[in-house]
Amino acid sequence: MDWIAILILLVRCLVLALAATTLFAYFTLFERRLLARFQNRVGPNRAGYIPLPGGKKLFGGILQPAADAVKLFFKEDVIPTLADRWVYLMAPGFAVVPALIIWVAIPLGNWPDGSGGNWLHYAPIDVGILYLLAVTSIGVYGIAVAGWASNNKYSMLGGIRASAQVISYELALGLSILGVVMQSGTLRTEGIVNAQIGMWNIVPQFMGFIIFLIASTAEVVRSPFDLVEAEQELVGGYNTEYGSMKFALFFMSEYIKLIAMNAIAVTLFLGGGNLPGIEQASAAITAGYGITAGNAAMGLMSLGAFLIKTTLLSFLSVWIRATVPRVRYDQLMNLGWVILLPLALLNVIITAVFGVVFPVGAVVPQIAMGVIGLIVIVLTTVLAAPKRTKRGVTLVRSQARN
Amino acid sequence: MLGALIKGLSTTFKYLFKKPVTVEYPEVKRPVRERFRGRHELKRFENGMERCIGCSLCAAACPSDAILVIPAENNPAAPNSPGERYAARYEINMLRCIFCGYCEDACPTNAIVLEHQYELSFYDRKSSIYDKSMLLVAVDKGHGEIPPVLQQLNRRPSPPAQIDL
Repeated sequence: MDWIAILILLVRCLVLALAATTLFAYFTLFERRLLARFQNRVGPNRAGYIPLPGGKKLFGGILQPAADAVKLFFKEDVIPTLADRWVYLMAPGFAVVPALIIWVAIPLGNWPDGSGGNWLHYAPIDVGILYLLAVTSIGVYGIAVAGWASNNKYSMLGGIRASAQVISYELALGLSILGVVMQSGTLRTEGIVNAQIGMWNIVPQFMGFIIFLIASTAEVVRSPFDLVEAEQELVGGYNTEYGSMKFALFFMSEYIKLIAMNAIAVTLFLGGGNLPGIEQASAAITAGYGITAGNAAMGLMSLGAFLIKTTLLSFLSVWIRATVPRVRYDQLMNLGWVILLPLALLNVIITAVFGVVFPVGAVVPQIAMGVIGLIVIVLTTVLAAPKRTKRGVTLVRSQARN
Repeated sequence: MLGALIKGLSTTFKYLFKKPVTVEYPEVKRPVRERFRGRHELKRFENGMERCIGCSLCAAACPSDAILVIPAENNPAAPNSPGERYAARYEINMLRCIFCGYCEDACPTNAIVLEHQYELSFYDRKSSIYDKSMLLVAVDKGHGEIPPVLQQLNRRPSPPAQIDL
Protein backbone atom coordinates (compact mmCIF):
# COMPACT_ATOMS: atom_id res chain seq x y z
CA MET A 1 0.00 0.00 0.00
CA ASP A 2 1.68 3.20 -1.07
CA TRP A 3 1.32 6.51 0.74
CA ILE A 4 -1.36 7.83 -1.64
CA ALA A 5 -3.64 4.95 -0.71
CA ILE A 6 -2.99 5.55 2.99
CA LEU A 7 -3.73 9.25 2.57
CA ILE A 8 -6.99 8.45 0.78
CA LEU A 9 -7.92 6.03 3.55
CA LEU A 10 -7.16 8.61 6.23
CA VAL A 11 -9.29 11.23 4.49
CA ARG A 12 -12.12 8.74 4.10
CA CYS A 13 -11.94 7.83 7.79
CA LEU A 14 -11.97 11.50 8.76
CA VAL A 15 -15.00 12.08 6.56
CA LEU A 16 -16.80 9.12 8.14
CA ALA A 17 -16.03 10.22 11.70
CA LEU A 18 -17.14 13.79 10.98
CA ALA A 19 -20.26 12.52 9.24
CA ALA A 20 -21.13 10.32 12.21
CA THR A 21 -20.68 13.15 14.71
CA THR A 22 -22.66 15.57 12.53
CA LEU A 23 -25.37 12.98 12.21
CA PHE A 24 -25.38 12.70 16.01
CA ALA A 25 -25.62 16.47 16.45
CA TYR A 26 -28.55 16.76 14.10
CA PHE A 27 -30.21 13.65 15.45
CA THR A 28 -30.38 15.32 18.86
CA LEU A 29 -32.11 18.30 17.25
CA PHE A 30 -34.41 15.96 15.28
CA GLU A 31 -35.29 14.10 18.45
CA ARG A 32 -35.86 17.18 20.55
CA ARG A 33 -38.10 18.85 17.99
CA LEU A 34 -40.04 15.68 17.27
CA LEU A 35 -40.40 14.72 20.91
CA ALA A 36 -41.65 18.22 21.62
CA ARG A 37 -44.31 17.90 18.94
CA PHE A 38 -45.33 14.50 20.33
CA GLN A 39 -45.78 16.22 23.68
CA ASN A 40 -47.66 19.24 22.32
CA ARG A 41 -44.67 21.57 22.66
CA VAL A 42 -42.55 23.44 20.12
CA GLY A 43 -39.02 22.43 21.03
CA PRO A 44 -35.80 24.39 20.51
CA ASN A 45 -36.44 26.80 17.64
CA ARG A 46 -34.41 29.88 18.48
CA ALA A 47 -30.79 29.26 17.51
CA GLY A 48 -30.50 30.13 13.86
CA TYR A 49 -32.86 29.74 10.94
CA ILE A 50 -32.93 29.84 7.16
CA PRO A 51 -34.56 33.11 6.10
CA LEU A 52 -37.21 32.84 3.42
CA PRO A 53 -38.57 35.69 1.29
CA GLY A 54 -41.51 37.30 3.03
CA GLY A 55 -39.98 37.24 6.50
CA LYS A 56 -40.72 33.55 7.01
CA LYS A 57 -38.22 31.47 8.97
CA LEU A 58 -37.43 27.93 7.93
CA PHE A 59 -35.89 25.30 10.23
CA GLY A 60 -35.81 27.40 13.37
CA GLY A 61 -33.16 26.02 15.72
CA ILE A 62 -30.85 24.76 13.01
CA LEU A 63 -27.83 25.94 15.00
CA GLN A 64 -29.00 24.46 18.31
CA PRO A 65 -26.47 21.57 18.21
CA ALA A 66 -23.65 24.08 17.68
CA ALA A 67 -24.90 26.16 20.60
CA ASP A 68 -25.08 23.05 22.80
CA ALA A 69 -21.56 22.04 21.80
CA VAL A 70 -20.19 25.49 22.63
CA LYS A 71 -21.96 25.42 25.98
CA LEU A 72 -20.55 22.00 26.84
CA PHE A 73 -17.04 22.98 25.79
CA PHE A 74 -16.97 25.97 28.10
CA LYS A 75 -18.40 24.27 31.16
CA GLU A 76 -16.15 23.66 34.12
CA ASP A 77 -14.40 20.31 34.03
CA VAL A 78 -14.59 18.73 37.47
CA ILE A 79 -12.86 15.51 38.45
CA PRO A 80 -14.12 14.06 41.74
CA THR A 81 -11.38 13.80 44.37
CA LEU A 82 -12.07 10.15 45.15
CA ALA A 83 -12.45 9.06 41.52
CA ASP A 84 -9.89 6.75 39.98
CA ARG A 85 -8.40 9.55 37.95
CA TRP A 86 -7.03 7.86 34.87
CA VAL A 87 -9.82 5.34 34.46
CA TYR A 88 -12.29 8.12 35.02
CA LEU A 89 -10.72 10.14 32.23
CA MET A 90 -10.47 7.18 29.86
CA ALA A 91 -14.07 5.95 30.24
CA PRO A 92 -15.70 8.44 27.81
CA GLY A 93 -13.16 7.37 25.20
CA PHE A 94 -14.00 3.71 25.85
CA ALA A 95 -17.60 4.55 25.21
CA VAL A 96 -17.25 6.71 22.12
CA VAL A 97 -14.67 4.81 20.09
CA PRO A 98 -16.73 1.60 19.62
CA ALA A 99 -19.74 3.74 18.69
CA LEU A 100 -17.70 5.38 15.93
CA ILE A 101 -16.01 2.28 14.57
CA ILE A 102 -19.31 0.43 14.16
CA TRP A 103 -19.81 2.44 11.01
CA VAL A 104 -16.90 1.01 9.02
CA ALA A 105 -18.60 -2.36 8.51
CA ILE A 106 -21.96 -0.98 7.42
CA PRO A 107 -22.36 -0.54 3.65
CA LEU A 108 -23.81 2.95 3.48
CA GLY A 109 -24.64 2.61 -0.18
CA ASN A 110 -23.10 1.35 -3.36
CA TRP A 111 -20.61 3.69 -5.03
CA PRO A 112 -18.26 1.49 -7.10
CA ASP A 113 -14.73 2.93 -7.22
CA GLY A 114 -13.94 1.26 -10.51
CA SER A 115 -11.57 -1.36 -9.15
CA GLY A 116 -14.02 -3.69 -7.46
CA GLY A 117 -14.32 -1.65 -4.28
CA ASN A 118 -17.05 0.50 -2.84
CA TRP A 119 -16.41 4.06 -1.64
CA LEU A 120 -19.30 3.85 0.81
CA HIS A 121 -18.25 0.59 2.47
CA TYR A 122 -15.09 1.13 4.47
CA ALA A 123 -14.21 -2.35 5.67
CA PRO A 124 -15.63 -5.23 3.62
CA ILE A 125 -14.75 -7.82 6.27
CA ASP A 126 -15.52 -11.50 5.70
CA VAL A 127 -17.18 -11.70 9.11
CA GLY A 128 -18.73 -8.26 9.06
CA ILE A 129 -21.75 -9.35 11.11
CA LEU A 130 -19.55 -10.74 13.87
CA TYR A 131 -17.59 -7.48 13.87
CA LEU A 132 -20.80 -5.48 14.25
CA LEU A 133 -22.00 -7.66 17.14
CA ALA A 134 -18.62 -7.53 18.88
CA VAL A 135 -18.18 -3.79 18.59
CA THR A 136 -21.70 -2.89 19.65
CA SER A 137 -21.33 -4.90 22.84
CA ILE A 138 -17.83 -3.61 23.59
CA GLY A 139 -19.35 -0.18 24.05
CA VAL A 140 -20.79 -1.24 27.39
CA TYR A 141 -17.28 -1.33 28.85
CA GLY A 142 -17.19 2.44 28.69
CA ILE A 143 -20.39 2.65 30.70
CA ALA A 144 -19.39 0.01 33.25
CA VAL A 145 -15.92 1.48 33.70
CA ALA A 146 -17.35 4.98 34.04
CA GLY A 147 -19.69 3.76 36.76
CA TRP A 148 -16.87 2.11 38.62
CA ALA A 149 -14.28 4.88 38.27
CA SER A 150 -16.61 7.62 39.48
CA ASN A 151 -16.56 6.11 42.98
CA ASN A 152 -20.21 6.96 43.41
CA LYS A 153 -22.84 4.42 44.36
CA TYR A 154 -25.39 5.68 41.85
CA SER A 155 -22.89 5.61 39.01
CA MET A 156 -21.86 2.13 40.09
CA LEU A 157 -25.47 0.91 40.05
CA GLY A 158 -25.94 2.42 36.60
CA GLY A 159 -22.83 0.67 35.31
CA ILE A 160 -23.87 -2.68 36.77
CA ARG A 161 -27.34 -2.35 35.32
CA ALA A 162 -25.85 -1.55 31.93
CA SER A 163 -23.66 -4.62 31.87
CA ALA A 164 -26.45 -6.92 33.06
CA GLN A 165 -28.86 -5.51 30.51
CA VAL A 166 -26.49 -5.66 27.58
CA ILE A 167 -25.48 -9.25 28.37
CA SER A 168 -29.14 -10.27 28.56
CA TYR A 169 -30.12 -8.73 25.27
CA GLU A 170 -26.95 -9.66 23.43
CA LEU A 171 -28.25 -13.23 22.99
CA ALA A 172 -31.58 -12.29 21.47
CA LEU A 173 -29.85 -9.75 19.25
CA GLY A 174 -27.30 -12.25 17.99
CA LEU A 175 -29.94 -14.93 17.37
CA SER A 176 -32.21 -12.53 15.49
CA ILE A 177 -29.25 -11.64 13.26
CA LEU A 178 -28.49 -15.36 12.87
CA GLY A 179 -31.83 -15.77 11.10
CA VAL A 180 -30.79 -13.13 8.57
CA VAL A 181 -27.40 -14.78 8.10
CA MET A 182 -29.08 -18.13 7.41
CA GLN A 183 -31.51 -16.46 5.02
CA SER A 184 -28.72 -14.79 3.03
CA GLY A 185 -26.09 -17.49 3.46
CA THR A 186 -23.27 -15.04 4.15
CA LEU A 187 -21.63 -13.18 7.03
CA ARG A 188 -20.55 -10.30 4.80
CA THR A 189 -22.69 -7.21 5.26
CA GLU A 190 -22.60 -6.27 1.56
CA GLY A 191 -23.51 -9.88 0.72
CA ILE A 192 -26.60 -9.58 2.91
CA VAL A 193 -27.53 -6.30 1.20
CA ASN A 194 -27.09 -7.86 -2.24
CA ALA A 195 -29.18 -10.88 -1.24
CA GLN A 196 -32.09 -8.50 -0.56
CA ILE A 197 -32.33 -7.07 -4.07
CA GLY A 198 -35.44 -9.09 -4.92
CA MET A 199 -37.13 -9.00 -1.54
CA TRP A 200 -36.14 -7.25 1.64
CA ASN A 201 -35.42 -9.46 4.61
CA ILE A 202 -38.19 -7.83 6.60
CA VAL A 203 -40.72 -10.05 4.79
CA PRO A 204 -39.30 -13.51 5.54
CA GLN A 205 -37.58 -12.42 8.74
CA PHE A 206 -40.43 -10.36 10.17
CA MET A 207 -40.12 -11.97 13.58
CA GLY A 208 -36.36 -11.43 13.52
CA PHE A 209 -36.92 -7.78 12.65
CA ILE A 210 -39.21 -7.21 15.63
CA ILE A 211 -36.82 -9.03 17.97
CA PHE A 212 -33.91 -7.05 16.56
CA LEU A 213 -35.74 -3.74 17.10
CA ILE A 214 -36.55 -4.54 20.73
CA ALA A 215 -33.14 -6.01 21.51
CA SER A 216 -31.25 -3.18 19.83
CA THR A 217 -33.27 -0.62 21.77
CA ALA A 218 -32.25 -2.41 24.95
CA GLU A 219 -28.69 -2.76 23.70
CA VAL A 220 -28.26 1.00 23.31
CA VAL A 221 -30.02 1.49 26.68
CA ARG A 222 -32.67 3.72 25.25
CA SER A 223 -36.18 4.41 26.47
CA PRO A 224 -38.19 2.28 27.42
CA PHE A 225 -35.14 0.26 28.50
CA ASP A 226 -33.13 3.19 29.88
CA LEU A 227 -32.80 1.86 33.39
CA VAL A 228 -29.12 2.69 33.27
CA GLU A 229 -29.87 6.37 33.56
CA ALA A 230 -33.22 6.23 35.30
CA GLU A 231 -33.04 9.64 36.88
CA GLN A 232 -35.79 8.93 39.40
CA GLU A 233 -33.70 6.18 40.94
CA LEU A 234 -30.08 6.78 40.00
CA VAL A 235 -29.71 10.59 39.72
CA GLY A 236 -28.01 10.46 36.31
CA GLY A 237 -26.85 6.84 36.26
CA TYR A 238 -23.32 6.10 35.14
CA ASN A 239 -22.69 9.69 33.99
CA THR A 240 -23.69 11.34 37.28
CA GLU A 241 -20.13 12.45 37.99
CA TYR A 242 -19.32 13.49 34.45
CA GLY A 243 -19.67 17.02 33.19
CA SER A 244 -18.62 19.27 30.36
CA MET A 245 -17.21 17.57 27.27
CA LYS A 246 -16.81 14.20 29.03
CA PHE A 247 -20.55 14.04 29.48
CA ALA A 248 -20.96 15.09 25.87
CA LEU A 249 -18.86 12.12 24.80
CA PHE A 250 -21.16 9.71 26.65
CA PHE A 251 -24.17 11.40 25.14
CA MET A 252 -22.55 11.18 21.74
CA SER A 253 -21.68 7.49 22.06
CA GLU A 254 -25.24 6.71 23.09
CA TYR A 255 -26.78 8.50 20.15
CA ILE A 256 -24.25 7.37 17.56
CA LYS A 257 -24.86 3.82 18.72
CA LEU A 258 -28.59 4.34 18.37
CA ILE A 259 -28.24 5.61 14.80
CA ALA A 260 -25.76 2.83 14.04
CA MET A 261 -28.23 0.25 15.34
CA ASN A 262 -30.89 1.71 13.08
CA ALA A 263 -28.40 1.62 10.21
CA ILE A 264 -27.65 -2.04 10.96
CA ALA A 265 -31.38 -2.77 11.00
CA VAL A 266 -31.66 -1.10 7.58
CA THR A 267 -28.71 -3.15 6.32
CA LEU A 268 -30.02 -6.44 7.62
CA PHE A 269 -33.76 -6.12 7.15
CA LEU A 270 -34.63 -3.18 4.92
CA GLY A 271 -32.33 -3.80 1.99
CA GLY A 272 -29.54 -1.30 2.81
CA GLY A 273 -29.16 1.15 -0.04
CA ASN A 274 -31.39 -0.85 -2.35
CA LEU A 275 -34.43 0.85 -3.79
CA PRO A 276 -36.21 -0.24 -6.96
CA GLY A 277 -35.26 2.05 -9.83
CA ILE A 278 -31.77 3.08 -8.71
CA GLU A 279 -30.10 0.52 -10.99
CA GLN A 280 -32.03 1.66 -14.04
CA ALA A 281 -31.47 5.36 -13.35
CA SER A 282 -27.73 4.93 -12.89
CA ALA A 283 -27.54 2.78 -16.02
CA ALA A 284 -29.25 5.58 -17.95
CA ILE A 285 -26.76 8.12 -16.56
CA THR A 286 -23.85 5.81 -17.40
CA ALA A 287 -25.12 5.59 -20.97
CA GLY A 288 -25.43 9.38 -21.20
CA TYR A 289 -22.44 10.75 -19.25
CA GLY A 290 -19.94 7.92 -18.81
CA ILE A 291 -19.14 5.37 -16.15
CA THR A 292 -17.81 7.81 -13.51
CA ALA A 293 -20.96 9.90 -13.47
CA GLY A 294 -23.07 6.74 -13.46
CA ASN A 295 -21.19 5.35 -10.48
CA ALA A 296 -21.45 8.65 -8.63
CA ALA A 297 -25.17 8.86 -9.30
CA MET A 298 -25.65 5.32 -8.10
CA GLY A 299 -23.60 6.00 -4.96
CA LEU A 300 -25.50 9.17 -4.09
CA MET A 301 -28.89 7.64 -4.77
CA SER A 302 -28.20 4.51 -2.75
CA LEU A 303 -26.75 6.63 0.07
CA GLY A 304 -29.90 8.73 -0.02
CA ALA A 305 -32.10 5.65 0.11
CA PHE A 306 -30.07 4.31 3.02
CA LEU A 307 -30.31 7.57 4.93
CA ILE A 308 -34.05 7.86 4.31
CA LYS A 309 -34.63 4.36 5.67
CA THR A 310 -32.40 5.08 8.66
CA THR A 311 -34.30 8.30 9.33
CA LEU A 312 -37.60 6.43 9.24
CA LEU A 313 -36.33 3.96 11.82
CA SER A 314 -34.99 6.85 13.91
CA PHE A 315 -38.45 8.39 13.75
CA LEU A 316 -39.76 5.11 15.11
CA SER A 317 -37.23 5.28 17.98
CA VAL A 318 -38.36 8.78 18.91
CA TRP A 319 -42.00 7.79 18.59
CA ILE A 320 -41.52 4.85 20.93
CA ARG A 321 -39.62 7.02 23.37
CA ALA A 322 -42.52 9.47 23.37
CA THR A 323 -45.03 6.70 24.00
CA VAL A 324 -43.79 3.85 26.16
CA PRO A 325 -42.97 4.30 29.85
CA ARG A 326 -39.82 2.79 31.33
CA VAL A 327 -40.01 -0.90 32.21
CA ARG A 328 -39.26 -2.27 35.65
CA TYR A 329 -36.00 -4.13 36.18
CA ASP A 330 -37.62 -7.56 36.60
CA GLN A 331 -39.78 -6.92 33.52
CA LEU A 332 -36.65 -6.07 31.57
CA MET A 333 -34.91 -9.30 32.53
CA ASN A 334 -38.10 -11.29 32.00
CA LEU A 335 -38.59 -9.90 28.51
CA GLY A 336 -35.00 -10.62 27.57
CA TRP A 337 -34.62 -14.16 28.90
CA VAL A 338 -38.11 -15.62 28.94
CA ILE A 339 -39.67 -14.06 25.84
CA LEU A 340 -37.14 -12.71 23.36
CA LEU A 341 -34.56 -15.48 23.63
CA PRO A 342 -37.01 -18.38 22.97
CA LEU A 343 -38.67 -16.36 20.21
CA ALA A 344 -35.31 -15.78 18.56
CA LEU A 345 -34.52 -19.50 18.82
CA LEU A 346 -37.90 -20.29 17.28
CA ASN A 347 -37.09 -17.86 14.47
CA VAL A 348 -33.82 -19.68 13.82
CA ILE A 349 -35.68 -23.01 13.73
CA ILE A 350 -38.32 -21.71 11.32
CA THR A 351 -35.64 -20.23 9.06
CA ALA A 352 -33.71 -23.49 9.12
CA VAL A 353 -36.77 -25.61 8.28
CA PHE A 354 -37.85 -23.33 5.46
CA GLY A 355 -34.29 -23.19 4.14
CA VAL A 356 -34.11 -26.96 3.95
CA VAL A 357 -37.62 -27.68 2.66
CA PHE A 358 -38.04 -24.95 0.05
CA PRO A 359 -35.65 -23.92 -2.74
CA VAL A 360 -33.58 -20.76 -2.30
CA GLY A 361 -35.32 -17.60 -3.47
CA ALA A 362 -38.85 -18.99 -3.74
CA VAL A 363 -41.22 -16.10 -3.08
CA VAL A 364 -44.30 -17.82 -1.62
CA PRO A 365 -42.48 -19.67 1.21
CA GLN A 366 -40.74 -16.43 2.19
CA ILE A 367 -44.06 -14.63 2.50
CA ALA A 368 -45.42 -17.62 4.40
CA MET A 369 -42.49 -17.31 6.78
CA GLY A 370 -43.28 -13.67 7.39
CA VAL A 371 -46.91 -14.51 8.07
CA ILE A 372 -45.88 -17.26 10.50
CA GLY A 373 -43.59 -14.78 12.26
CA LEU A 374 -46.41 -12.27 12.54
CA ILE A 375 -48.76 -14.91 13.97
CA VAL A 376 -46.14 -16.02 16.49
CA ILE A 377 -45.56 -12.47 17.65
CA VAL A 378 -49.27 -11.76 18.04
CA LEU A 379 -49.74 -15.02 19.93
CA THR A 380 -46.80 -14.22 22.19
CA THR A 381 -48.14 -10.78 23.04
CA VAL A 382 -51.50 -12.31 23.89
CA LEU A 383 -50.14 -15.23 25.90
CA ALA A 384 -47.26 -13.47 27.63
CA ALA A 385 -49.27 -10.45 28.68
CA PRO A 386 -48.98 -10.02 32.43
CA LYS A 387 -52.02 -11.51 34.06
CA ARG A 388 -53.96 -9.03 36.03
CA THR A 389 -54.38 -10.67 39.38
CA LYS A 390 -57.40 -9.25 41.07
CA ARG A 391 -56.28 -7.44 44.14
CA GLY A 392 -58.69 -6.97 46.94
CA VAL A 393 -59.16 -7.15 50.63
CA THR A 394 -60.65 -10.30 52.05
CA LEU A 395 -62.69 -9.56 55.10
CA VAL A 396 -62.18 -12.06 57.87
CA ARG A 397 -64.43 -12.16 60.85
CA SER A 398 -62.16 -11.76 63.80
CA GLN A 399 -62.66 -13.51 67.05
CA ALA A 400 -64.57 -11.28 69.36
CA ARG A 401 -62.32 -9.96 72.04
CA ASN A 402 -63.19 -11.36 75.38
CA MET B 1 -50.57 -5.99 25.19
CA LEU B 2 -50.20 -5.38 21.47
CA GLY B 3 -53.50 -3.51 21.49
CA ALA B 4 -52.31 -1.28 24.30
CA LEU B 5 -49.07 -0.56 22.44
CA ILE B 6 -50.90 0.36 19.24
CA LYS B 7 -53.34 2.52 21.18
CA GLY B 8 -50.49 4.36 22.85
CA LEU B 9 -48.58 4.86 19.61
CA SER B 10 -51.65 6.16 17.79
CA THR B 11 -52.37 8.57 20.64
CA THR B 12 -48.90 10.10 20.48
CA PHE B 13 -49.06 10.14 16.68
CA LYS B 14 -52.27 12.16 16.82
CA TYR B 15 -50.53 14.74 18.97
CA LEU B 16 -47.87 15.13 16.28
CA PHE B 17 -50.38 16.96 14.09
CA LYS B 18 -51.94 19.09 16.78
CA LYS B 19 -50.93 22.68 17.17
CA PRO B 20 -48.50 23.04 20.09
CA VAL B 21 -49.90 24.80 23.12
CA THR B 22 -46.68 26.74 23.65
CA VAL B 23 -46.94 30.54 23.60
CA GLU B 24 -43.77 31.78 21.93
CA TYR B 25 -43.21 34.57 24.40
CA PRO B 26 -41.26 37.47 22.96
CA GLU B 27 -43.29 37.37 19.75
CA VAL B 28 -46.61 36.42 21.28
CA LYS B 29 -47.66 37.88 24.60
CA ARG B 30 -50.60 36.48 26.45
CA PRO B 31 -52.96 39.24 27.57
CA VAL B 32 -53.05 39.64 31.32
CA ARG B 33 -56.17 39.82 33.45
CA GLU B 34 -57.95 43.13 33.95
CA ARG B 35 -56.92 43.27 37.62
CA PHE B 36 -53.29 42.29 36.97
CA ARG B 37 -50.86 44.36 39.02
CA GLY B 38 -47.88 45.31 36.91
CA ARG B 39 -45.80 48.44 36.49
CA HIS B 40 -47.16 51.63 38.08
CA GLU B 41 -48.35 54.64 36.16
CA LEU B 42 -49.01 58.15 37.42
CA LYS B 43 -52.24 59.33 35.88
CA ARG B 44 -53.46 62.77 34.78
CA PHE B 45 -56.81 64.53 34.70
CA GLU B 46 -58.64 65.24 31.48
CA ASN B 47 -57.15 68.75 31.23
CA GLY B 48 -53.61 67.41 31.49
CA MET B 49 -52.99 68.22 35.17
CA GLU B 50 -51.20 65.63 37.28
CA ARG B 51 -53.46 63.72 39.60
CA CYS B 52 -50.71 63.30 42.20
CA ILE B 53 -50.98 65.95 44.91
CA GLY B 54 -47.80 64.91 46.70
CA CYS B 55 -49.56 63.68 49.85
CA SER B 56 -47.11 60.74 50.34
CA LEU B 57 -49.89 58.40 51.45
CA CYS B 58 -48.65 55.83 48.95
CA ALA B 59 -45.17 55.95 50.47
CA ALA B 60 -46.72 55.54 53.91
CA ALA B 61 -48.82 52.59 52.78
CA CYS B 62 -45.96 50.84 51.00
CA PRO B 63 -44.96 47.73 53.01
CA SER B 64 -41.58 47.42 51.35
CA ASP B 65 -40.67 51.10 51.44
CA ALA B 66 -40.24 51.26 47.69
CA ILE B 67 -41.78 54.70 47.07
CA LEU B 68 -40.13 58.07 47.57
CA VAL B 69 -42.27 61.24 47.30
CA ILE B 70 -40.84 64.70 47.76
CA PRO B 71 -43.67 67.25 47.51
CA ALA B 72 -43.38 70.90 46.56
CA GLU B 73 -45.73 73.87 46.49
CA ASN B 74 -47.57 74.50 43.26
CA ASN B 75 -46.86 77.69 41.43
CA PRO B 76 -50.34 79.33 41.44
CA ALA B 77 -49.73 80.84 38.01
CA ALA B 78 -48.90 77.50 36.36
CA PRO B 79 -49.94 74.65 38.69
CA ASN B 80 -48.74 71.11 38.07
CA SER B 81 -51.70 69.62 39.88
CA PRO B 82 -54.98 70.83 41.32
CA GLY B 83 -54.60 71.76 44.94
CA GLU B 84 -51.67 73.24 46.79
CA ARG B 85 -48.87 70.72 46.28
CA TYR B 86 -47.53 68.35 43.73
CA ALA B 87 -44.82 65.68 43.73
CA ALA B 88 -41.54 67.30 42.78
CA ARG B 89 -39.83 63.92 42.86
CA TYR B 90 -41.62 60.63 42.63
CA GLU B 91 -39.55 57.45 42.53
CA ILE B 92 -40.39 53.77 42.79
CA ASN B 93 -37.70 51.18 43.28
CA MET B 94 -38.91 48.26 41.17
CA LEU B 95 -36.56 45.85 42.92
CA ARG B 96 -38.19 46.59 46.27
CA CYS B 97 -41.76 46.78 45.01
CA ILE B 98 -43.81 43.66 45.69
CA PHE B 99 -46.75 44.78 43.51
CA CYS B 100 -49.23 44.50 46.36
CA GLY B 101 -51.27 47.49 45.19
CA TYR B 102 -51.53 49.17 48.62
CA CYS B 103 -50.30 52.43 47.09
CA GLU B 104 -53.20 52.29 44.65
CA ASP B 105 -55.62 51.78 47.55
CA ALA B 106 -54.08 54.58 49.57
CA CYS B 107 -54.12 57.19 46.82
CA PRO B 108 -56.90 59.77 47.40
CA THR B 109 -56.88 61.01 43.79
CA ASN B 110 -56.42 57.67 41.96
CA ALA B 111 -53.11 59.02 40.69
CA ILE B 112 -51.06 55.83 40.99
CA VAL B 113 -52.36 52.76 39.19
CA LEU B 114 -50.69 49.39 38.69
CA GLU B 115 -50.98 48.71 35.00
CA HIS B 116 -50.38 45.66 32.84
CA GLN B 117 -46.76 46.04 31.85
CA TYR B 118 -44.77 43.21 33.46
CA GLU B 119 -41.43 43.18 31.63
CA LEU B 120 -39.27 44.83 34.26
CA SER B 121 -35.65 43.82 34.02
CA PHE B 122 -32.51 45.84 34.44
CA TYR B 123 -28.80 45.50 33.95
CA ASP B 124 -27.97 47.31 37.22
CA ARG B 125 -29.70 48.35 40.41
CA LYS B 126 -29.59 52.04 39.51
CA SER B 127 -31.88 51.53 36.55
CA SER B 128 -34.41 49.71 38.71
CA ILE B 129 -35.44 53.08 40.17
CA TYR B 130 -38.22 54.50 38.03
CA ASP B 131 -38.52 58.26 38.36
CA LYS B 132 -41.45 60.54 37.71
CA SER B 133 -40.68 61.12 34.04
CA MET B 134 -40.86 57.36 33.44
CA LEU B 135 -44.00 56.81 35.50
CA LEU B 136 -46.09 59.79 34.39
CA VAL B 137 -48.42 59.23 31.45
CA ALA B 138 -48.41 61.58 28.46
CA VAL B 139 -50.25 64.91 28.74
CA ASP B 140 -52.99 63.90 26.31
CA LYS B 141 -53.62 60.56 28.09
CA GLY B 142 -55.50 62.13 31.00
CA HIS B 143 -59.03 61.23 32.04
CA GLY B 144 -61.70 62.36 34.47
CA GLU B 145 -62.80 65.69 35.94
CA ILE B 146 -61.03 67.34 38.86
CA PRO B 147 -63.13 66.56 41.97
CA PRO B 148 -64.84 69.55 43.65
CA VAL B 149 -62.81 69.27 46.83
CA LEU B 150 -59.60 69.93 44.91
CA GLN B 151 -61.22 72.74 42.93
CA GLN B 152 -62.28 74.30 46.21
CA LEU B 153 -58.74 74.27 47.45
CA ASN B 154 -57.73 75.80 44.18
CA ARG B 155 -60.06 78.75 44.79
CA ARG B 156 -58.93 79.33 48.36
CA PRO B 157 -55.16 78.86 48.57
CA SER B 158 -53.96 78.53 52.09
CA PRO B 159 -50.61 79.87 53.25
CA PRO B 160 -47.87 77.30 53.78
CA ALA B 161 -47.89 77.85 57.52
CA GLN B 162 -51.42 76.52 57.74
CA ILE B 163 -50.39 73.18 56.24
CA ASP B 164 -47.48 72.80 58.58
CA LEU B 165 -49.76 72.86 61.60
